[in-house]
Amino acid sequence: MNPADSIRRRAFWTCALVALALGLLPLPHLLSLLRPDLLLLVVIWFAMMAPRSAGITAAWVSGLFLDACGGLVLGEHALAFVVIGFLVHRFHLRMRMFPLLHQSLVVLVLLWLYQFMLFWIDGVTGHALNEWARLLPALTGALFWPVLTGLLGSLTARR
Amino acid sequence: MAALRKSGARIANPSVSPLGVRALVFITLSIGLMVLDQRQHRLGALRGALSTAMTPVARVLEAPFSAWDSAASLFSSRAGLQQQVETLERARRDDAVRLQRLESLEHENERLRALLNAAPREAETTRVGHVLRVELDALRRRVLVDRGAADGVTPNQPVVDADGVFGQTTVVGATTTEVIMLSDPNHAIPVQIERNGLRTIAVGTGAPDHLILPYLPRNADIEVGDHLLTSGLGGVFPAGLPVAIVSDVRRDPSQPLVQVRAAPFAHLERDREVLIVSYASNPATIADKKPASQPASKTPPPGNTSSGKP
Repeated sequence: MNPADSIRRRAFWTCALVALALGLLPLPHLLSLLRPDLLLLVVIWFAMMAPRSAGITAAWVSGLFLDACGGLVLGEHALAFVVIGFLVHRFHLRMRMFPLLHQSLVVLVLLWLYQFMLFWIDGVTGHALNEWARLLPALTGALFWPVLTGLLGSLTARR
Repeated sequence: MAALRKSGARIANPSVSPLGVRALVFITLSIGLMVLDQRQHRLGALRGALSTAMTPVARVLEAPFSAWDSAASLFSSRAGLQQQVETLERARRDDAVRLQRLESLEHENERLRALLNAAPREAETTRVGHVLRVELDALRRRVLVDRGAADGVTPNQPVVDADGVFGQTTVVGATTTEVIMLSDPNHAIPVQIERNGLRTIAVGTGAPDHLILPYLPRNADIEVGDHLLTSGLGGVFPAGLPVAIVSDVRRDPSQPLVQVRAAPFAHLERDREVLIVSYASNPATIADKKPASQPASKTPPPGNTSSGKP
């Protein structure tokens, strides 16, 4: 494997771990309802910018770890992450070309799809939760996307 | 067929088809995992191992908070500590008096049970668990407690705090356990009104401060201020633990059911320490349950039904 790939891979796992930890950080109830799905955003960014070093395999493992942190059914987040990772990997060349606002809109659609998949799996496995608050993290995630691209872009550019 | 696929592979972008295949493999794997976990309950060990692997993350997140706590206790004033000791002393004295009465009642209860030839109550042991400051899901009410399989915790054990029922254990890792609170939207607990013995089910809503009682008819005898205790049905919670106090009763003439809200006794959002209760598995009680179910299956005369209730 090429050394740049392994550096990117290490960068991905570091960012993923930080995102996972930030997702578990206790917050006041209202804020935690608004908290974006940081780990998924990191996965999307890496699947877009470096799909060969952190593609859907990384997405699946990240999803599995999210399942381990208080998931209801093992494999739920893993499945949703793989679908999103696949879509991003499939269209990564196109997504890179989009202007930032356009990218945010695509991310919004992806995050909504993710929440819908979770909603659907929850319903099938008997943990139904009909709350519109479910869609809030997708909105804040899309708003957060430009910040995240700036952050991760500058972090990985230095290497 | 093989020739077709070969020509297709040549035409298609070579990077696409392995991606699709990989995605399909992972999707199948995930669905397989979910089916195994949900339908067969085969993945207890794997879930435990994964949750053990995530424990360091929780510990790292917990570290600044516990450091803050210890720093705060280091700098607490002498007068404050003295006052705290005094209040604790007073509470201990009050409790000691109550405990003496309880002990004599327990002995009496044992003698009466022996007279009735009933099985002795199961011995209970409790373990104190600290609630880790980790948020698992914003829309659900689950917490992580720092006791696990190594401490003898098993799934579906009742968890209580000083004032009432807190929840029950679900996923058990080696050193941590996930506890689902009473207020989780997927949690329901069989309860009984202390005043008249009316049995129903209290369901969580996701809001931290109230449960709902959705299965009571409009003419049910329930009032604001009624205490709800566990009824002992369902097999997870023993009978008689305090659960909640009825805070709101709404009888809408157009609705067949009464809308009841109840506030849990346990301080679900503020507890830092909870008790995980376990009962010594007593073979006599299992044997006792079988003959007990027989008279219930016979249709007793109408006057006899009330005698079945404790």
